[in-house]
Amino acid sequence: MTALTPPLPRLTPESDFYWTSGATGTLSLLRCSACGFYLHPPTPQCRACGSADVAPQPVSGRATLFTFTVSYQQLLPSIPAPYVVGIVALEEQDDVHITTRIVGVDLDEVRIGMPLQVRFEQHDDVYLPLFAPVPA
Amino acid sequence: MRGKWEDHVVISGAGKSDFARRSGRSELDLAVQASRDAIQDAGLTPADIDGIIAWPGEIPAPMGFSGPAALRVSDALALGELTFHGSWTEGASQLAGLFSACHAVAAGVAKHVLVYRATGESSGQGGGGRSAVHPVDNNGIVGNFSWLRPFGAVSAAHWMALMATRYVHEYGLKPEQLGWVAVNNRAHAALTPHAVYRDPITIDDYLESRVITSPLRLYDCDVPSDAAVAFVVSAVDTVPDLRAPVRIEAVGSAYSGRPFWDQWTHPTHMASHAAAKHMWSRTDLRQDDVDVAQLYDGFSFILIAWLEALGFCGPGEAGAFVEGGERIRIGGQLPLNTGGGQLSGGRVHAHSLLYESCVQIRGEAGARQVQGAQVALTSAGAGPLGGAVLLTPPR
Repeated sequence: MTALTPPLPRLTPESDFYWTSGATGTLSLLRCSACGFYLHPPTPQCRACGSADVAPQPVSGRATLFTFTVSYQQLLPSIPAPYVVGIVALEEQDDVHITTRIVGVDLDEVRIGMPLQVRFEQHDDVYLPLFAPVPA
Repeated sequence: MRGKWEDHVVISGAGKSDFARRSGRSELDLAVQASRDAIQDAGLTPADIDGIIAWPGEIPAPMGFSGPAALRVSDALALGELTFHGSWTEGASQLAGLFSACHAVAAGVAKHVLVYRATGESSGQGGGGRSAVHPVDNNGIVGNFSWLRPFGAVSAAHWMALMATRYVHEYGLKPEQLGWVAVNNRAHAALTPHAVYRDPITIDDYLESRVITSPLRLYDCDVPSDAAVAFVVSAVDTVPDLRAPVRIEAVGSAYSGRPFWDQWTHPTHMASHAAAKHMWSRTDLRQDDVDVAQLYDGFSFILIAWLEALGFCGPGEAGAFVEGGERIRIGGQLPLNTGGGQLSGGRVHAHSLLYESCVQIRGEAGARQVQGAQVALTSAGAGPLGGAVLLTPPR
């Protein structure tokens, strides 16, 4: 771990698939095989239908920006300020929210509702899903 | 148990330590000062106390946050046999420890339970910044923080700013409206001898203050402090022994929604919503009956969300409600945060707000007294934390 490493999640049986899915270039979320409901953060059984038949499944990585904040304080050596924290709503199921950093965009061009695409920042085994605007 | 549980308990004592920035005092020292004050305020002695509970107990957290464990405070006060003791880390807001004490007393487990919150966040975090160092980062983050901290969402300021931005998007809340929460709290702090920041500020001061994380400015954020607040919760049959008991009319502690900071699909439909609904379901009193309210103000936007969750105004109307400060000042329609709240009074995680409610109900608030206050509302928490309580004088 270096000064350039942000605080990282521990890989646990509950969520390791999520944090490592970027190794394939694709974001995966837990999904119910019975009813198709996405479960995020992951739960061992489906919150919609109760089925235990749940498994990680690749998603498009497309999302829209639900909300954001521009953080001006230098809090972590690994993340230079100002930076944009966002909550994105997954294209496949918009009540699935992911807190992330919004990158590849000028601060004054960030807008709620803007279409975004996942990109990954690798730290050893962990691939942090960040989001950037979809190229026009 | 006959009737509702609230009828079986009273808040008999409300005490506090000195409130300060960078006092250098230990959290145990602060807790003991507040506890002795609360016990004396109740008209009791330490020998009467048979229960103790802390919020949140000694959990891994940034320096100064947690405060001392319940049994350490018991030891320092040389309390006798305790039939109820512990810490309450999760639950219905930062007041969950107090609610739990009430449940224990109502169930007959103990007669006089000491409840406290002590924080040394100001001294503990010095100039280092609250969020930069957190022990949960050391071996890989698990649980709720794992979804937030890797992306720089390391402070509650971020989590609330995200909801505030969405609220601005949906309802058009203006900075010149939100700022009145801070201006009003500071005006009330000027009347409050123990408040941390007492010099008045104007709406222009607010608008000129630096943005911490948009849309939240410096004055939208509460003040890390060295301070403790304590209460004694007593059985109603001990009222003849008590100096100035305060009645609990209703508690709202219900929870509904996902237990995360970021999965809410509406910026004011946080845990506060279920807690507010639950509280109103346990009383015949209504919004118009409330004489004074202390609404959680860890950040000014949280107070906006509570105003709507509690039904004091409709969705999107809270900005206009606070704008100009006329409705929310002492003497206005709904005096808010009469002790300066946490924005100016100092952050003691809702316990200082409940302290102020007790003082108002007893008519002991001096220059900031709301005349004839008979119903005082306190709310606590944001995101997945929500709790609310209505106090009245004894019947």
